[in-house]
Amino acid sequence: MSSMEKYVSNVVKSVPPSGIRKFFDLASQMQGVISLGVGEPDFVTPWHIREACFHALEKGYTMYTSNHGLIELREEIALYQKRKIGVCYSPEDEILITIGVSEAVDLVMRALIEPGDEVLVPEPSFVCYAPGAMLAYGKAVPVQTFNHDQYRLKPEELEKCITPRSKILILAYPSNPTGAIMHEEDLTALLDIIIKNDLIVITDEIYSELTYNGSHVSIASLPGMRDRTVLLNGFSKAFAMTGWRVGYACGHSDIIDAMKKIHQYSIMCASIMGQKAALEALRNGEHEMKKMVDSYNYRRRIMLAGFDDIGMSCFEPKGAFYCFPSIRCTGMSSEEFCEKLLEEEKVAVVPGNAFGSCGEGFVRCCYAASVSNIEEAVSRMGSFLNRHRKA
Amino acid sequence: MELKRQILNLIAHEAQLSPKLIATMLGQDEKVIVRAIREMEDDKVILGYNTVINWDKMESDGVTATIEVKVTPQREVGFNGVAERICKFPEVRSVHLMSGSYDLSVVVDGYNLKEIASFVSHKLSTLDEVQSTVTHFVLKTYKVDNFVFEDPREDERLVISP
Repeated sequence: MSSMEKYVSNVVKSVPPSGIRKFFDLASQMQGVISLGVGEPDFVTPWHIREACFHALEKGYTMYTSNHGLIELREEIALYQKRKIGVCYSPEDEILITIGVSEAVDLVMRALIEPGDEVLVPEPSFVCYAPGAMLAYGKAVPVQTFNHDQYRLKPEELEKCITPRSKILILAYPSNPTGAIMHEEDLTALLDIIIKNDLIVITDEIYSELTYNGSHVSIASLPGMRDRTVLLNGFSKAFAMTGWRVGYACGHSDIIDAMKKIHQYSIMCASIMGQKAALEALRNGEHEMKKMVDSYNYRRRIMLAGFDDIGMSCFEPKGAFYCFPSIRCTGMSSEEFCEKLLEEEKVAVVPGNAFGSCGEGFVRCCYAASVSNIEEAVSRMGSFLNRHRKA
Repeated sequence: MELKRQILNLIAHEAQLSPKLIATMLGQDEKVIVRAIREMEDDKVILGYNTVINWDKMESDGVTATIEVKVTPQREVGFNGVAERICKFPEVRSVHLMSGSYDLSVVVDGYNLKEIASFVSHKLSTLDEVQSTVTHFVLKTYKVDNFVFEDPREDERLVISP
């Protein structure tokens, strides 16, 4: 068959392939693998939420919604954000329901970026921001964060990357893959740079409920930041609703309106069944959600204690459901470590460099797994380290 | 008190959790957990540790019945006198005082129907305070103490995802 590659646009060709694809192919072909490589909850969506979806179907809710999404869901999101971060958004024109946060990232990039604009992406980072910027004809500029800073974004690192084309700063805390969080003082330290350089902040707060030993602080709640922040959140992580694909964006009406313009032509609206389920999650899901968060916290401590026992260095993650331990004692690259660990011990973890070059020397381990699997996987990693430790 | 509540929430679902693991999960010292559990055992907050068993898989022939019992409360002891008396029968697994159309809900285990029928007619109904009984035999068990009896589904999540 002749190649059709010449028809593919250059911008799509310029996006590098996913760093986890090769590893996914390897791991999914093996039997009996214990996976700490997943990026989603191990809970099924709570029953009352699933039941609300059945009820909606029985009642015949199978039609389009407004482009913005169901007004009652937007009202509930406004109340939720006011309660959680103390910021008021108008349900009428400052909230847009999307197909998960992923669509919201795509929309906001396309709505804001002029060709050549720069998007500052603190790394290690979730994999969609840099390609999102590139596909919108922007340029992704990685900003380094470090293990010794507990992967918090530092103003001096941000400042180094600012140019006259800098337009957007991505903040995604609690972080996938590191589990890092930003305290209020960490965010406050960035404000001068953000305001002086007239940056728009896109804050992806999908893991905000999974903050341990304290509360999540949103940059949108800090002085002068509400209107220059686009807040993204959704239901996947807090309410174990990954497959439902419901997320949302909150921000100034001019930006939300621009995002809606793209959304109405490319998507029309998020599925009404998913929106009805999301409404139930916000209205009655707090209790079940807290139980899941407690359970993640227990397992976070088990994994950390396990890494400590086997002599694997790991900073304490305060959010999300990932640990990001160092594998430098083996002298291997992250990819080599992950491939050998899979081959020799049948444990799947994700190479840190899949999340940016400064993730090299680390691996992402997800503790949304059963306690017995976490204990067994960590024990196998201990055997692996004993064989391969260099120093 | 909060720590004890957290411990109970954990072991209510998994009594086999070791004090060491509970200590890790709750970010506490193991000795603190051991002491708290011992105190709760001494105070009879923790009465014992049961195992949830699917006897059907052992091809067991046992029979379980729930018996609705109407009783006449007694002066000074109310329902407690008769309830405590019913508790003494070894075939009685649990006894609850209920709101609604009857007073006591009594769960009884036996080897067969005949044995439970004999318990109801000879031991339970003959108590002076018992006015009437209605016996319901369990036909199939689907869920007990938060454990669903059907085999759990495999983890169907993608092995690796971003």
